[in-house]
Amino acid sequence: MADTPQPELVTITLNGVDTEVRKGQLLIDAAEQAGTYIPRFCYQNRLKPVGLCRMCLVEVEGPRGTALVPSCTQPCTEGLVVDSENAVVHKAQEGVLEFLLLNHPLDCPVCDKGGECPLQDHTVAYGPGESRFVEEKRHYEKPIEISDLVLLDRERCILCARCTRFCDEISGDSLIEFVDRGNGTQILTFFDEPFASYFSGNTVQICPVGALTAKPYRFRARPWDLEAIESISMVDSVGSKVSVQTSQNQVLRINGVDSDTTNHGWLSDKDRFTLQAIHSEDRLRVPLVRKDGELVEASWGEALELVAERLGSVRGDEVAGLGAARSTNEEAYTFAKFLRSVVVTPHMDAQLDDALSDEFLAATLNRAEINDLETAGTILVWAGDLKEELPVLYLRVRRAATILGATLIVIHPRRTGLSDVADHVFTYRPGEGADTLRRLKAGDGPFAEARQALDSGPVMTIVGRTGGAEDPRLAESVAAFARTLPDAAIMPLARRANVYGALDMGVSADLLPGRVSVRDTEGRTALEDAWGPLPEGRGKHATEILQGLKSGDLKALITLGADPVGNHPQPALAGEAVESAEFVVSLDTLLNATSARADVVLPVAGFGESEGTATNLEGRVQKLNRIIPPPGQARTTWSVLDDLARRMGATLGAHDAETIMKEIASIAPAYAGIDWALLDWGEGRDGVVLPGPDGTQPLQHMPVETSVTATTGRFTLHLGRVLYDNADVVRNSPSLDVLVQPASAAFHPRDLAVLAVQPGDSVRLAGDYGTVELAVRADESLAEGTVYVQANMDNSRALGASLIVQVDAVRGEGS
Amino acid sequence: MSQPHILTRHMVANRTDSNTLASYEQSGGYSALRKGLNSMTPEQIRAEVKASNIRGRGGAGFPTGVKWGFLAPAEPRYLVVNGDESEPGTFKDRQLLERDPHQLVEGIIISAFALNCAKAFIYIRGEYPKPARRVQRAIDEARAAGYLGDNILGSGFSLDITLHLGAGAYICGEETALLNSLEGRRGEPRLKPPFPAVEGLYAKPTIVNNVETLSNVPWIVNNGGAAYAAIGPERSAGTRMFSLSGHVNNPGNYEIVMGLTWREFIYDLGGGVPDGRELKCWIPGGASAPWFTPDLLDTLVTIDDVGQNGSMLGSGAVVVMDETTNVVHAAHRLVRFFAHESCGQCTPCREGTTWLERVLWRIGHGMGRPEDIDLLLDVCDNISPGLRWPPAMTTICPLGPSATAPVNSIMTHFRPEVEAMIAANELVQGGVSIG
Repeated sequence: MADTPQPELVTITLNGVDTEVRKGQLLIDAAEQAGTYIPRFCYQNRLKPVGLCRMCLVEVEGPRGTALVPSCTQPCTEGLVVDSENAVVHKAQEGVLEFLLLNHPLDCPVCDKGGECPLQDHTVAYGPGESRFVEEKRHYEKPIEISDLVLLDRERCILCARCTRFCDEISGDSLIEFVDRGNGTQILTFFDEPFASYFSGNTVQICPVGALTAKPYRFRARPWDLEAIESISMVDSVGSKVSVQTSQNQVLRINGVDSDTTNHGWLSDKDRFTLQAIHSEDRLRVPLVRKDGELVEASWGEALELVAERLGSVRGDEVAGLGAARSTNEEAYTFAKFLRSVVVTPHMDAQLDDALSDEFLAATLNRAEINDLETAGTILVWAGDLKEELPVLYLRVRRAATILGATLIVIHPRRTGLSDVADHVFTYRPGEGADTLRRLKAGDGPFAEARQALDSGPVMTIVGRTGGAEDPRLAESVAAFARTLPDAAIMPLARRANVYGALDMGVSADLLPGRVSVRDTEGRTALEDAWGPLPEGRGKHATEILQGLKSGDLKALITLGADPVGNHPQPALAGEAVESAEFVVSLDTLLNATSARADVVLPVAGFGESEGTATNLEGRVQKLNRIIPPPGQARTTWSVLDDLARRMGATLGAHDAETIMKEIASIAPAYAGIDWALLDWGEGRDGVVLPGPDGTQPLQHMPVETSVTATTGRFTLHLGRVLYDNADVVRNSPSLDVLVQPASAAFHPRDLAVLAVQPGDSVRLAGDYGTVELAVRADESLAEGTVYVQANMDNSRALGASLIVQVDAVRGEGS
Repeated sequence: MSQPHILTRHMVANRTDSNTLASYEQSGGYSALRKGLNSMTPEQIRAEVKASNIRGRGGAGFPTGVKWGFLAPAEPRYLVVNGDESEPGTFKDRQLLERDPHQLVEGIIISAFALNCAKAFIYIRGEYPKPARRVQRAIDEARAAGYLGDNILGSGFSLDITLHLGAGAYICGEETALLNSLEGRRGEPRLKPPFPAVEGLYAKPTIVNNVETLSNVPWIVNNGGAAYAAIGPERSAGTRMFSLSGHVNNPGNYEIVMGLTWREFIYDLGGGVPDGRELKCWIPGGASAPWFTPDLLDTLVTIDDVGQNGSMLGSGAVVVMDETTNVVHAAHRLVRFFAHESCGQCTPCREGTTWLERVLWRIGHGMGRPEDIDLLLDVCDNISPGLRWPPAMTTICPLGPSATAPVNSIMTHFRPEVEAMIAANELVQGGVSIG
């Protein structure tokens, strides 16, 4: 991470007191740091100041006497003399508040913002006692739906432009704008274009009044009834800081919390509104045991006895574990320890062979932090569409490209959310990535300028699989090249919330806890001292596990928050594997395609219900906090596994999450020195980037270039993710579920002509793993010979992730 | 009282087709361009303009030569001509655009040469279709004649001029709102600094000058800055266009040498108030300017004398009101204009101007309350603290404070009349609710 240069200081006189502040810092911030809060509405520290509301006026001495200036646009210079508290300033503040309240409806008793409203608070603190306005207020139709998630009450709006600036500057979804002028000025969407942004909830969060409200929270609570706790979002691997807000044991709202290192306070609507899934009617509340082919409710004792007995009845290495990528580190560690030391099997995988290799993700050299974007000269994104997969990371990359001026190169099989702000955009046909990389390295033809930009460091490379059908070795080849670039920082991407943590905890065929290779003899010995003898032999990865279950080499499967049947790139194989397995036990919060076929289903605590830590895509360990109890009889994962171990005659020592972290810190080299006390929330406390304070990283993974053979075939598949897919968490969040669009098959228009199909027609896609029929769509950004299908949709899942697909038009009868 | 003609000399000499290139050339048009481009350096032209002491004719009266000196060195740089003349009572630029567009085009070319701009824009209000047509024709004629385009008159200097029409917002006459409008954004004033000379159109160094200001440039180049500076009082050099309207016998545009008295202007040039009625007051320089009363008739029409008496020459609109004028209605009419034209971005202007307008409407319609006088003054104070001159502002631009000028004027000069109007209000006295 880049060092922060020592800031130059100047002295200003603030209310008669000489104060040292950073040169050029905005007065409103400098004053606040010096203990003088200046009231404001339009100023938001992550948005460009505009000086619209005039609430933050202060008196500044200038060459022509004093003048009222907005402190949000006034930079601090040597000798600046400021009065923020004199009679002139107070009169102006009172005046502004009176003006703002002229037309603001006093419907606070029914307004969601009432109780946490800056307009209310400032009126009490700085406003006149009463209004002198006797005319009729401005009237608009009460709230209008500007999207499926957001409502706008224009009567309450004070026109601070926070929402429009967020959309213009931060998200790039410029879908709301000021219309009309003067006293009739209002915020509106464009004709026939809803405010359909993945980031719309942020505008609700930063609205200083109740003008923008979010449907999922509307009328659900009063702020003074809410309890809140800081935590991190478990929707993806960015580790965005959030405030989880509850009332009567219901999570009612999730807001972003400003963190310099991760999310800057922003969230995606998926981070924000999947809270509905926490309280889904379908949450698992009691253990289920299959009897006569049906899953029926059982007691914990009965269910656990059954699991202990069945797992005990087969050899340890006939058992495999999948999952933990959405669990806490403490849960994942317990899972790995249970599998390796109680069941005694080497077969486990936190991933489903749908991202990158475990070693690459967990232990690559030159690993980047998100904040490397702030200082990067050039950014290379060769990964999935970040706007769809990791929306908050997209915001940070977008900021680097648009506000900080980094050169952005985006390489992906089609246009992405970043294409509009990128300096260089390259698309390629899936299967031809290696050739694209060769040409980029050589600066061949159209790649010349981009290649040149890659010589301007620091170069940050974000690398991942662009789609489910792409060979993961391509990403490593890209990383191998990226390492050779000046001041290289590399971020290998995986999407699931705590996949990095689960790998760090050793839920992997290749890794032991703390970034130790299973081939590391010294590391193994050290771990055996703590855990006892480790299983011998090479562990199987997810696909091998499924093949083993299908062939009968493996007998039993334990899943922890994983759904191989729904998510593995070879859905048919996964289905057959689960069918063939003698015994399947699932620990989960919701029933999914896999757990629905399990023999025993154990309900476990989910987000907000268990305490622990998670490790994000930077390798940053942060604290997750508990604010509500799990539903019904659901228990924390570690306690379930601890109980199970005891019934199997072993002991895991998993008494509580904090103790487990102490054990992790003592065993996992990269986590040495990590302590919950270090991870307490608070200003500037943003977790710890691994290796921890006393930590080391025994495994140093060096990405290598592999020659990936170019694939032939008339069509290759780009199986790309979209934010709102048929994932369980979306399905169980009604506000988002309505936004899911079914999958389609997109082709370049010339391919449509060759296939003699038109948008709306159907095609049959047949790959190595399955066949689907999808409606056709044109997408000019695709290379010819590409078919783009949205992954993880009910109507696309059966296709699987086969690179080469056969495409046939489906002709209706008579045609 | 005879006044020398500079700006209007050509249109006065030719009252039929002064807008054409042929007519303009016949009367010596484009000789200044030849002189400037062929025998002068940009520095020399800038020096002449500075020496002329000409002050901007758009309203603020800032010395043009000094403004030009602020232009930052970055490239490209732009010259933008403000032809968004929209203030009530102002119609001087219209005549210059309509009757002598080539004089402006020549002024633009010379100025762009002096400022090293390869691109100039003329922004004309959308309600001026005829002036715009004539300016476009002048641009086309000039281009065809080799006065515009590449390598003008063999000088190596190239310039293109683009004409842009506004869409009906007074605020776009404020130079930074004009630049936003020109860029295709909402016409809202920008925060200053940065000033346009440093970061203007498309964030590049930009000079914004008024139509009348640049129309003077050919004469200055032909006759020298010193000759221009010698006309009129030292700090109000040159002739100036005034639009005289209201209760006068001879309304219209006047090109005058500053330094005469208001009495000479209104009575000798303007022919006085019709039907022998008494002069009640006048607006000396546009709707934003505080009003003058007859006790100031013998003060001088100069930028500084008007300023010292608490008002401004502004946009050159002189509106005369006689004894029959109801000052509340007059003030309401002006405040209504500003409320209607507020861009709406900053709170005091958006909310305050409309509030003033509604209270004045009530008073004007028999629903005033005694406390409304203090209320109006205090609302004005919250827009323009201290109600001093030149105005302080709680707003981003001077539009909001402009709306306080008529209110403050009637309360300063005609308070008893306003009080009487309120006192005669039986509706409120009778206890009728006005909510």
